[in-house]
Amino acid sequence: MNGDTTKKSTPYTVPIGPVHPALKEPVMFNFLMEGEVVKSVDFAPGNVHRGIEWMGMRRNPVQIVHLTDRICGICGIVHSLSFARAVEQIAEIEVPPRADYIRTILHELERMQSHLLWAGVAAHELGFDSLLFLTWRVREQSMDLIENLTGNRVNYGIVQIGGVRRDISNDQILLIEQGLAYYRGLLDQMKTVFLDDSTIRMRCRGHGLLSYRDAQLLCAIGPTARASGLAMDVRHDYPYCAYGDLDVQPVLPPQEFGGPQGDVYDRIIVRLLEIAQSIDIIQQCLDSMPAGEVLWEKKLPKLLSILKKAHGEAIGRVEAPRGECMHYVRMDGNDAPATWKVKASTYSNLMSWIPMLKGEQLADVPIIVASIDPCMSCTDRVTIIRNGSADDLTKEDLTQLSREKTRRFSRC
Amino acid sequence: MVRLPMMTELLRQLFKKPATNAFPARYLPPSVTTFLHKVALGEAAINPPMPVPPKFRGKITYDRESCIGCQLCLKVCPAHAIEFLPTTKRVRIYVAQCIFCSQCNDICPKDCLHMTDEFLLATENRFADCQIVE
Ligand code: SF4
Ligand code: SF4
Repeated sequence: MNGDTTKKSTPYTVPIGPVHPALKEPVMFNFLMEGEVVKSVDFAPGNVHRGIEWMGMRRNPVQIVHLTDRICGICGIVHSLSFARAVEQIAEIEVPPRADYIRTILHELERMQSHLLWAGVAAHELGFDSLLFLTWRVREQSMDLIENLTGNRVNYGIVQIGGVRRDISNDQILLIEQGLAYYRGLLDQMKTVFLDDSTIRMRCRGHGLLSYRDAQLLCAIGPTARASGLAMDVRHDYPYCAYGDLDVQPVLPPQEFGGPQGDVYDRIIVRLLEIAQSIDIIQQCLDSMPAGEVLWEKKLPKLLSILKKAHGEAIGRVEAPRGECMHYVRMDGNDAPATWKVKASTYSNLMSWIPMLKGEQLADVPIIVASIDPCMSCTDRVTIIRNGSADDLTKEDLTQLSREKTRRFSRC
Repeated sequence: MVRLPMMTELLRQLFKKPATNAFPARYLPPSVTTFLHKVALGEAAINPPMPVPPKFRGKITYDRESCIGCQLCLKVCPAHAIEFLPTTKRVRIYVAQCIFCSQCNDICPKDCLHMTDEFLLATENRFADCQIVE
């Protein structure tokens, strides 16, 4: 940065992590840097094992549903739905259609709030904090809706094996309609502030590239894969809940923005368009919502005894806001499942960091790391070890670097 | 051409009321505990929280009289927050451990467990009287 050529020519290592902002789970990064440019990168996940699965294997499925809510603070419905679907397949439980529609509505509301949360975080990583606050204010509407429908802002506790625990009343349908109208009115403005902004375009276009081939080879999923042009979406490929009745197509970056290029900018486009898609899906659900029960078995003791008798194994898959989420469950006639394994969506996207980060500048690392949406985790610091001497690069320093780069761009 | 579409929105924000509800006080008091003490003494006023949503799941209540000691609630509590007291054949709920799922409310055959609107539950002692429902 200071033009010192000797420093630039010696590669050095920048470790980031294991605990660091913009990382959902603690991950250890090792960057081999040449000057400001990332030459190669390696990372080691596996630093946070909370033992939720272990806890689950000592509890019955009705209890586990509430544990799954707590795997992720954002994807509560995703995980509980995925788990419930696995257990429902094993015990051959048929979810009533109305429950399927309610699940779909909540699932999409959750996607909306998750994508808005991500958009805010991305703006923050670019040093655009006013946009962060604006986005998060807009997000409140979806949080309020979820709160109204489930009773809680996070950890909704709405999914039950065989259905949902709360029905949606006519008043609540009105509220949802109002919420959808609110977001419909805002969509164009959101697209303008994110996609028309010169600085955002300069910071994101052509950065963090993940080619179609790499996305395929590294098994990327969700918006990360779709931004690289892979047309895949569990909701479309293996419909679950009410998606079979609805019109859902994988969202790819449209031609008006130059088609899929697989950069950070495309990931913004895909997520913004998916918010619009979610609005549309919820509307479709409201329009064709069937009447009837919302639980397959209302009497919990009876449900428990049926689940206790269940034998077999199954996989529950859903399209989380970050990509496919998978729960594997095996039951062998006991209260608790014999095995329960969770594969969260970020896991599949981690590998795409390697091609994305190669050749980028250190200041671009926060936004590229955040671009696969690995949830904001807590702040820690980065240590640079250069020729044996260590100096600390805190989260503030990194944000500062990112901001300076934005400022440099806005000046020219 | 440099385009900054946020500019108009930012200028508009200058004349808008903040969206955040400043709870419990408009400005962060130097010490929240002292502030709450003052509130208790009537020297300061609390800025009210946002209303809770319908059917909110707050602190649990227990109707000891109608409980039959069937222990079904223990079977579904994911947090193991309910303890059975064999001598009285009644249950005790540890609020500090409860995760407010209301699953026990659903299974109770005598309908003696309910969730209230109360959500300001933090204390320093997890075994304080207000943290144990029996
Ligand atoms: S609300 Fe949930 S966590 Fe709390 S006591 Fe009841 S079952 Fe247990
Ligand atoms: S389920 Fe209800 S009746 Fe049975 S022990 Fe619990 S509180 Fe008492």
